[in-house]
Amino acid sequence: MLHDRDRIFTNLYGERPWNLEAARRRGDWDGTKDLILKGRDWLIKEMKDSGLRGRGGAGFPTGLKWSFMPKQADGPVYLVVNADESEPGTCKDREIIRNEPHKLIEGCLLAGAAMGCTAGYIYIRGEFVREAQILQAAIDEAYEAGLIGKNACGSGYDFELYLHRGAGAYICGEETGLLESLEGKKGQPRLKPPFPAAVGLYGRPTTVNNVETIAVAPTIFRRGAAWFAGLGRPNNTGTKIFCISGHVNHPCTVEEEMGIPLRTLLEKHAGGVRGGWDNLLAVIPGGSSVPLIPKEICDTVRMDFDSLREVHSGLGTAGVIVMDRSTDIVKAIARLSKFYMHESCGQCTPCREGTGWLWRMMERLARGEAEPAEIDQLLDVTKEIEGHTICALGDAAAWPVQGLIRHFRGELERRIRERKLVTKRAA
Amino acid sequence: MSAAPGRPQPYGAMAPDVESFAFTPENLEEAKKILARYPAGRQASAVLPLLHLAQAQHGGWLPKAALDYVAEFLGMAKIRVYEVASFYDMFNTEPVGRVQVRVCTTTPCWLCGSDAVLRAAREVLGCEPGESSPDGRFFLREFECLGACANAPVLWIDDDFYEDLTYERAKAVLESVVRGERPTPGPQSGRKGSMPAGGKTTLLEVGE
Repeated sequence: MLHDRDRIFTNLYGERPWNLEAARRRGDWDGTKDLILKGRDWLIKEMKDSGLRGRGGAGFPTGLKWSFMPKQADGPVYLVVNADESEPGTCKDREIIRNEPHKLIEGCLLAGAAMGCTAGYIYIRGEFVREAQILQAAIDEAYEAGLIGKNACGSGYDFELYLHRGAGAYICGEETGLLESLEGKKGQPRLKPPFPAAVGLYGRPTTVNNVETIAVAPTIFRRGAAWFAGLGRPNNTGTKIFCISGHVNHPCTVEEEMGIPLRTLLEKHAGGVRGGWDNLLAVIPGGSSVPLIPKEICDTVRMDFDSLREVHSGLGTAGVIVMDRSTDIVKAIARLSKFYMHESCGQCTPCREGTGWLWRMMERLARGEAEPAEIDQLLDVTKEIEGHTICALGDAAAWPVQGLIRHFRGELERRIRERKLVTKRAA
Repeated sequence: MSAAPGRPQPYGAMAPDVESFAFTPENLEEAKKILARYPAGRQASAVLPLLHLAQAQHGGWLPKAALDYVAEFLGMAKIRVYEVASFYDMFNTEPVGRVQVRVCTTTPCWLCGSDAVLRAAREVLGCEPGESSPDGRFFLREFECLGACANAPVLWIDDDFYEDLTYERAKAVLESVVRGERPTPGPQSGRKGSMPAGGKTTLLEVGE
């Protein structure tokens, strides 16, 4: 269990002001110049040693990602921060942006220094209107105080930072879809390679990082890689903001140690499952894209990348969606299928057509209007989508349905049987 | 239910289609500030922010004249602006009510009772999702995940989120908006942000 002294986001709930003065009192912007002057190699090595893995869902090692950026580049090099938070179940970046914007801004500067970036763009989802207003005001404060811009913090390093508002498209959370959108186009993902580190924004070397990844960086540099790496478990280090929604007594966001048992997380911070632990049906542990896990697994599983991978799910964004035994689990997953159908960008046929198939079949299965063989047919459709698209939205649409079939096939069959009985009686 | 007859309408009726469109002097200044964020020759990057600006100026939707104006402003082919306007959910390319009311109905909100919020919205505004209210002042939509799941269910009215809703709370918020007021946004349960409703479990010893 994480001790308060090891929490990075001490204003997570907005109990104190977000502004520069208050942020400085919390320790932000302390010795930033010295950190910059330690140089690129030190910053990247420190990030690698901390073991930080990207907080946007994929969990790629951050230091390694940063090291992919060219050492020498003539012309602009970009940092792009993904603040397009829209994975169902996820609401952590919003808290950082509105309550701790200076951690994000300072993180942008230090990440920029580590990679030799000339400018940064923060791409915030269009729906976060008030959050964007706060973040822009915080950026303005940082410029005025000489913390960013020309000769940032008096370090001799020039770094410009801009805020860019999206307009409502989940796909822009995919890094290359985001870059397309930032260039003024439809947010349709690009084929990789080339990867953004070689050809990114405006064709220039670019690294795209999640808000939480960037916002924890200054504290890691200040307190040291060893401190961060000492929290959590090997290969799953540090702290993490968990978003707990659904059928718990007290839904909340909370910063905890990686690897905390799911049950402890829910009972300690979210007031427990509604109606008690035995009333739990299933949990989607990492945002809507990861497969659900039934109660038997929830009893013991730890919340980190590797533990959840072992049970065929994932930590994803750590958006924990809790469903108690009153939940119509098929409808809950069918609603996610509708989400992916709506958000498919339409570029790849398996996803554009397949997500519609998934939704229509799921709706029928929710009512039991199907033949038992259609369960395997549905599984087959998910396999036709998974791995056959440019970006991971196809996989994300497939996995929740696969998770449902893996753990609740009996429930699907029961509905089909009961429906048949009802129709027979009526006939 | 819509506003009582005879009561002054706090928001005008739907903005009409227009033959021509231009930014107001204030918005023109704002547009220039936005353009300065992007490198020379990359002004197409400003298309989303400028469409936001145009839509707000025109009362919540983008007539073709506004799309053409933004295309010309940015030196983009018109078709590129049209496809952007139709790709992103926040842009309306047909006349809709000025006050935009969106109910999040994705799974985390659904689990916490978004059906009841939607019912309250239907009843108070007198229209179905995807329609504007009979008096043309409000536009009701179902929306995908708004990213405030720990405060579900959520209603998004113009620029503000109303959170921790029940049928009664949603109804109270909407009735007040129909009266021309703007209730305090955020959790309607009285809790602070996304803190656990039972009281903080962390950050107990953090001083100033």
